[in-house]
Amino acid sequence: MASLNRKSMFSRRRPFAAALVIAAGLLVTGGGYAAATTAVKAQQDPTVASQSQIDLGHKLFLANCASCHGKNAEGTKNAPTLIGVGAASVDFQVSSGRMPAQASGPQIQAKAAVFNDKEIAAMAAYVASLAPGPAIPTDAMVANNGDLTRGGQLFRTNCAMCHNAAGAGGALTQGKYAPALTDTGAKEMYEAMLTGPQNMPVFNDANLSPKDKKDIITYLVYLQQHPSVGGLSLDNLGPVAEGLFVWVAVLGGIIAITVWLGAKSN
Amino acid sequence: MSNATSTAQKGGFLAGTANYLDERVGVGGILKEFGRKIFPDHWSFMLGEVALYSFLVLLLSGTFLTFFFQPAMTNVIYDGVYGPLKGAEMSIAYKSALDISFEVRGGLLMRELHHWAALLFVAAAGLHMMRVFFTGAFRKPREINWVVGFALFVLAMAGGFTGYSLPDDLLSGNGLRIIDGMIKGLPVIGAYVSSMLFGGEFPGHQIVARLYGLHILLIPAFILIFIVIHLFMVVIHKHTHYSGPGRRDDNVVGYPLMPVYVAKAGGFFFLVFGVLMLVAATVTINPIWLYGGYDPSPVSAGTQPDWYIGWADGALRLAPSHLEVTTGNYTWSWNILLPMIVLILLLVLVAAYPFFEAWVTGDKREHHVLDRPRNAPTRTAIGAAGMTFYAVLWAGASTDLIATHFALSLNHVLTTMQISLIVLPIIAFFITKRVCLSLQRKDREIVLHGRETGRIVRLPHGEYLEIHEPLDEYEMYKLVDFIDHKPDVARPNAQGKITLGARARAALSRFFFEDRVSPVSASELASAHPELDAVEHVETKALV
Repeated sequence: MASLNRKSMFSRRRPFAAALVIAAGLLVTGGGYAAATTAVKAQQDPTVASQSQIDLGHKLFLANCASCHGKNAEGTKNAPTLIGVGAASVDFQVSSGRMPAQASGPQIQAKAAVFNDKEIAAMAAYVASLAPGPAIPTDAMVANNGDLTRGGQLFRTNCAMCHNAAGAGGALTQGKYAPALTDTGAKEMYEAMLTGPQNMPVFNDANLSPKDKKDIITYLVYLQQHPSVGGLSLDNLGPVAEGLFVWVAVLGGIIAITVWLGAKSN
Repeated sequence: MSNATSTAQKGGFLAGTANYLDERVGVGGILKEFGRKIFPDHWSFMLGEVALYSFLVLLLSGTFLTFFFQPAMTNVIYDGVYGPLKGAEMSIAYKSALDISFEVRGGLLMRELHHWAALLFVAAAGLHMMRVFFTGAFRKPREINWVVGFALFVLAMAGGFTGYSLPDDLLSGNGLRIIDGMIKGLPVIGAYVSSMLFGGEFPGHQIVARLYGLHILLIPAFILIFIVIHLFMVVIHKHTHYSGPGRRDDNVVGYPLMPVYVAKAGGFFFLVFGVLMLVAATVTINPIWLYGGYDPSPVSAGTQPDWYIGWADGALRLAPSHLEVTTGNYTWSWNILLPMIVLILLLVLVAAYPFFEAWVTGDKREHHVLDRPRNAPTRTAIGAAGMTFYAVLWAGASTDLIATHFALSLNHVLTTMQISLIVLPIIAFFITKRVCLSLQRKDREIVLHGRETGRIVRLPHGEYLEIHEPLDEYEMYKLVDFIDHKPDVARPNAQGKITLGARARAALSRFFFEDRVSPVSASELASAHPELDAVEHVETKALV
């Protein structure tokens, strides 16, 4: 049964269907979702984007993305399909500068965004029009007025093993890494949790509810806004940075003093 | 009696007090004996002092912390001032550590001072050990003091680790979990030892209180006792000195303790204290509030121990992970046992080195004049190899940060370090030995021909010469005064037999002293370049 279902799902997702037809279908499905969760409600805004915006997005897509992701976003051996990834994914990847990718490698690097907000919104609308997917969160969803303490606990349990308890980032296998979250915007955090870019797992709404996500964002934004109370933070890298500091700066300085004390007076 | 009273009155309060003490506890005799102790002047002789002063700072700041720290693991709800933890469940230990950081006046400064002083304590002790090693200060009669110093270093690590584990935050809990894993990896006794230590299954409710007892009572008491023994032996042996005119194995050249060193050392204490205070006030260490209370489920990326335990963490990380062997229903975790064996072996080698070298050289003389590292090439090379081995283990604890900060693959970093752990010490040994020998040859050259001045002189018959400036007495001493060991051959014992031990000793002696550069002898110096005739009066020490 399950396999049959999946098969029919795939056939429905064939890229041959016209973008417009899928957009119409999406409206119906989106409406269904909206009744269940408030999160999906927000999805309607980008999906009901005007046809002209979708057309602009399509043009931009063909010019900048299609060489790797395929003319119909069906994916190639160099890049995954974008059908069903949703507007949130496009917004995350393009506004953080990860897409268009500069070079292939273990991990696509973030850089200054190549497109402006209007263009990013258009591309997001186009990709969202292909198939239903996670939508860009609203400002209210990423506001930092959640539960701070709960956010910290959720962060340590779900995120710290890769991103470090202080959000300083960490290494993954084979040259991949979890970036530091010290400069990451709130919307970007939400989209990353929702879409699981690159090596990050997807934390969907059943896994971490929109409230959980908001709490985590509240905690991270708190850390960003409050500098270390103990003085220089040494990037919150922990004992390795502290050890380096004590050997180089502290012991180095003290050796300079010993040399001064041990010097023969002239 | 009346005489003494009158002197006291004449000298004022200070003399009066001195006299009072002298008449009752004989402080004059003690001061006369102690105050005339001579210490030689050299910056490298102050590294042990840095460790001592850091320890004093640790005692002071640690005492302050005990006023406020509560080593209990009972659950409480945090209601302090730090927003992101308000309402969180945590242990009393962690809560009191947070309160020290945020609510006790000066508490955070004291916590940071204590932690920075701990890092400096072990670092200065380690550097002091290296100085003692590379200058051969561990030779007879100081072998036992080397072992005492070694014990201090191990105790310092133990003191540091027990302290690191006290705040019961996520980082320290992760560290304890690793120790628990290591203990459980021990065959047969592992599970029992872990259960006894933690009072049941990890983490239990006992460990913080137990470590606290060790941290504030037993370990500092032992450190104090060993420091007393260590310094007492320095007084008995007298301090070593570097070679120079008039400096021999039967004297010490320097300044007296009173008043020169009392002033210098007193001032130096406050300098070390000041540097630590400055760092504690301006640089964060162990921001426990970011880590949250300990909870066995989360493990943070970048979980590392303080630097002095790094080599142990590195050993665990570098061990190949597929070394588990199952016999019957028991698993031998060689991926844990192997690094533990390596760590213990390295410690044993460090402790035993003075005895090993004494056996190889067969040298039973007392040594109070230090070696320059280049003049003991094989020892220096062994030290360099050991340091490299340690350094690779140490760096092994930060494979993840090396990978992220130098944009490398974690796996490549790990593999490179695994290879480096074996290969780099060998390379370090040979490079160091060659560098030492080359430096010795350069010294010979300078002694025999003086320093090049760059002044070219044309002689009346047309020959050009570069003037070489002869060395002064002090420099000359430094370059020629060292012990020249020659390789020993295996000799038959009283029964006329060459024992296996004698053969091994001969082989090691060859390994140590086969490549050597002899110091310049008096006759060589006399027959050296005529430009040096003028300085023939330099007394070159007769060399054995």
